[in-house]
Amino acid sequence: MKPLGKKGAKEKAAATELTGLLELLGLEGKREIELEDVELSIGELILQSAATIVAPRVTTPPAVLAPPKVKPTAILEAPFTPFVQEYPGQVREVTLGATKSEGGSRGKTVVIGGAITPAFYLFEKAAPHPPVITVDTFDMQVRLPKAIRMYVEEVWDDPAAWAKIAVDKWGADLITVHLLSTDPLIKDTPPAEAAKTVEEVLQAVDVPLIIGGCGDPKKDAEVFMKVAEVAEGERVLLSSLTLDMGETGVLEGVAKAAEKYGHLVLSFTALDLNRARELNRKLYDYIPEDRIIMDLTTAALGYGLEYSFTIHERARIAALMGDSELQHPTLAGTTNAWAARETWLKLGPEWEPRRLRGPLWETTTALALLLAGVDVFMMMHPDAIRTMRKVIQQLMSRSKPKPDKIANWVNARIKGEDEHDREGN
Amino acid sequence: MTEREIKKAVTKLSPIDVYKLLPRTNCKECGEPNCMAFAAKLVNREVSLEDCLPILKKEHGKAYKKLQDMLAPVIKEITIGTGDHSVKIGGKLVMYRHEFTYHNPVALALDVTDELPLHPRFSGEEALIDRVKKVENFLYNYIGRDLTLDMIAIRSTSNDPTVFKSAVENVAKVTKLPLILCALDSNVMEAGLVAVQDRRPLLYAATKDNWNNMAELALMYNCPLGVFAPNDLNLLKSLVKTLIEYGVEDLVLDPGTFVDEGLSDTVNNFTMVRRNAFKGGDDLFGFPLIGTPITAWFGGKDSKEMLAWKEAYIACILMSRYADVLIMHSLDGWVQLPTVIWRFNIYTDPRKPVSVDSGLYTFGKPDKMSPLMLTTNYSLTYFTVESDLKKFGGDYYLVVADTEGLSVESAVAGRYLTAELIAEAVKKSGVAEKIKHKYLIIPGRAARLSGEIEDELKNVGLSGWRVMVGPRDSSGIAKFLDETWPPKEEENE
Repeated sequence: MKPLGKKGAKEKAAATELTGLLELLGLEGKREIELEDVELSIGELILQSAATIVAPRVTTPPAVLAPPKVKPTAILEAPFTPFVQEYPGQVREVTLGATKSEGGSRGKTVVIGGAITPAFYLFEKAAPHPPVITVDTFDMQVRLPKAIRMYVEEVWDDPAAWAKIAVDKWGADLITVHLLSTDPLIKDTPPAEAAKTVEEVLQAVDVPLIIGGCGDPKKDAEVFMKVAEVAEGERVLLSSLTLDMGETGVLEGVAKAAEKYGHLVLSFTALDLNRARELNRKLYDYIPEDRIIMDLTTAALGYGLEYSFTIHERARIAALMGDSELQHPTLAGTTNAWAARETWLKLGPEWEPRRLRGPLWETTTALALLLAGVDVFMMMHPDAIRTMRKVIQQLMSRSKPKPDKIANWVNARIKGEDEHDREGN
Repeated sequence: MTEREIKKAVTKLSPIDVYKLLPRTNCKECGEPNCMAFAAKLVNREVSLEDCLPILKKEHGKAYKKLQDMLAPVIKEITIGTGDHSVKIGGKLVMYRHEFTYHNPVALALDVTDELPLHPRFSGEEALIDRVKKVENFLYNYIGRDLTLDMIAIRSTSNDPTVFKSAVENVAKVTKLPLILCALDSNVMEAGLVAVQDRRPLLYAATKDNWNNMAELALMYNCPLGVFAPNDLNLLKSLVKTLIEYGVEDLVLDPGTFVDEGLSDTVNNFTMVRRNAFKGGDDLFGFPLIGTPITAWFGGKDSKEMLAWKEAYIACILMSRYADVLIMHSLDGWVQLPTVIWRFNIYTDPRKPVSVDSGLYTFGKPDKMSPLMLTTNYSLTYFTVESDLKKFGGDYYLVVADTEGLSVESAVAGRYLTAELIAEAVKKSGVAEKIKHKYLIIPGRAARLSGEIEDELKNVGLSGWRVMVGPRDSSGIAKFLDETWPPKEEENE
């Protein structure tokens, strides 16, 4: 322990202050002091010893003392004006999908981006477009946690049927088809066959599509080029283009194919804004800027979500402050939430049920990024999707709730907790 | 306006700014080699100003005051409770996490009511003491850290001073956790407060109707005071001004938590209050914010699960948007788990690197026959594996491969973790010289590389090596080793 603890130090400092104060008041040496309505943050001890403190000689003229405080008897008005800011930059608008008249076959298009303020700063200006949800489907059976599997068991390896459920029942704005089976280390499905899968999904639903690869830069390039050609004019989003593709020498080909056949690209980098800018700059050579969406990497809650949250917040603020290389809408692979062991691991009875723990994980992962400004969310669980849709809709407009609604929460009883029904899905 | 400028510069302070005001005697009393080193640490908030003993001397009074102002957080730090049984809230230096680091993790308070029976009257009924003990005992071990809940909020649903007083007494008897007393009637509040007058509870709350009585209580008992003005920032600010004039210095602001209609107003109110404090120089808003996700439980007809679900995600939303303390109701593990983990996460230092050093790590005292495992250098992957291995006990080698800070799954997908890279990492680690066996256990999520790895190991001169595919999650390592280690062939030799 140090000889003079923090408390001791504070008291000493306060004593010094007090000595000065007493002197200014002309009270030094007096035995009895009565202070009215004066806040003292020190104990009685110091007051009692005040008389014995040797006050230093002060040569500076006494400062003007604030008049003693009088306790207010009515509320003092202090009007509130929100601090608002003008932002020199704006996020680009990007249109996903194309209708018949636009050269595609989608029922409608989805426009994202265009933000002119940080996310949901309605007191400045509302964003022109709400964030949207895309539901993951796969072209082969992938490992799925039970909480999700129970909803898609029958369509597990049929992305077209899965997509239909996601659009019709869950209200997906977009569908993502992950062509995982193209992985040379899995099934090595040839590009033409993968493109056929995409065509099937295009026919099954009329929302815009996102096409996911397997992560192998060379194979992804081949697959994306074929898909681009087959889906000409549909304005699908190719997910994703990477710096790795640049190093492998295939980036130019894919980007050019995307441009030629009228598609969009997802520019993917791992939690690094400099690399995000670098990849975007490369892409500008081949494809218009309003056809690029960024993926800055999404880590699950508990597995680095804070890195994703912070990088998205930084990117969005930088974009609004005028950094044109970051003025792209962003996409989050929220489904990565399911990589967290807390979504599926048996942790003991006090942490059950997993059928809620898992989807809540996906929900909270998504919500953190929603507030950081992300525009597109890859999601899987219907309850997580439902909550996100509701929260997005609620955050897009003010409803001026009546204070009465919660004014008495302090003494409100939580009635019949045990009488409630179990959640019905 | 000068005040505003000083506060704006808080994160832009340079050690020189601070150094200029220090005694500059290089006395080393603070434990640093010189004043400049101390200044550098002070700017980074690694030490506190009072660690400099000379600055506390009278002759440095002015400089001390200046430094205090210079270093003061925009959001006042407020202590609830006393001594070892206290929690600090607020003390925020920045609005956005990436600007510096958030200080004082959100304090999580769980409610009890004064109408809960002390003990269950019949089996299955929730009781006061059980519930308080449950809050105290809540614990989740996350990458080697114990995550817990912080406080008890006692609500008076009876509105009866005697009943409230007795409930507060009972809670105080069974727990030392810091308390929030929730009553809008000042008579009820006082009755409860008298029972814990030396524990400095947070008084919740002053409103437009009761503010003067609540202010008197806060002054009389030296307690921090909540200020509740649902969806009315004019009123909130006016109340703050009034209470400060009244002499109450420690305030905690509640602009109201609306969980359905009005959620956007709530998020905007929290944001505006915090933003006005940081960017608008609005000192009246320079106080911690309190959110009440518990309001999810009132007025809805949803099932219990749905209400708990809502409460959980509202808590996460408010933590991301500047709440410093939350009052919640559900004690269910599945509700509190994302809350305590997200709180832990956003309060980590954003400058903390994403990766750990690659290379060979050892656990326990591994010998020639200890298992050899592999993981990636993403910090959260590594810490997860590390905490699991420590929990299991035992002796292991662990090769940490450099995947530029990506987890196993992402690194395999993105080709940052390849067979070639793994073989090189094992070779470079020098572990082959330390062990007698030739088995490498790889993460289940890298299973598809197993065949290739054996070939690549051969290419780097490690012939005859075998790859064993471990569990997909390191929580399964103990079981995996029970079943597979030592490998059969090895036993036969």
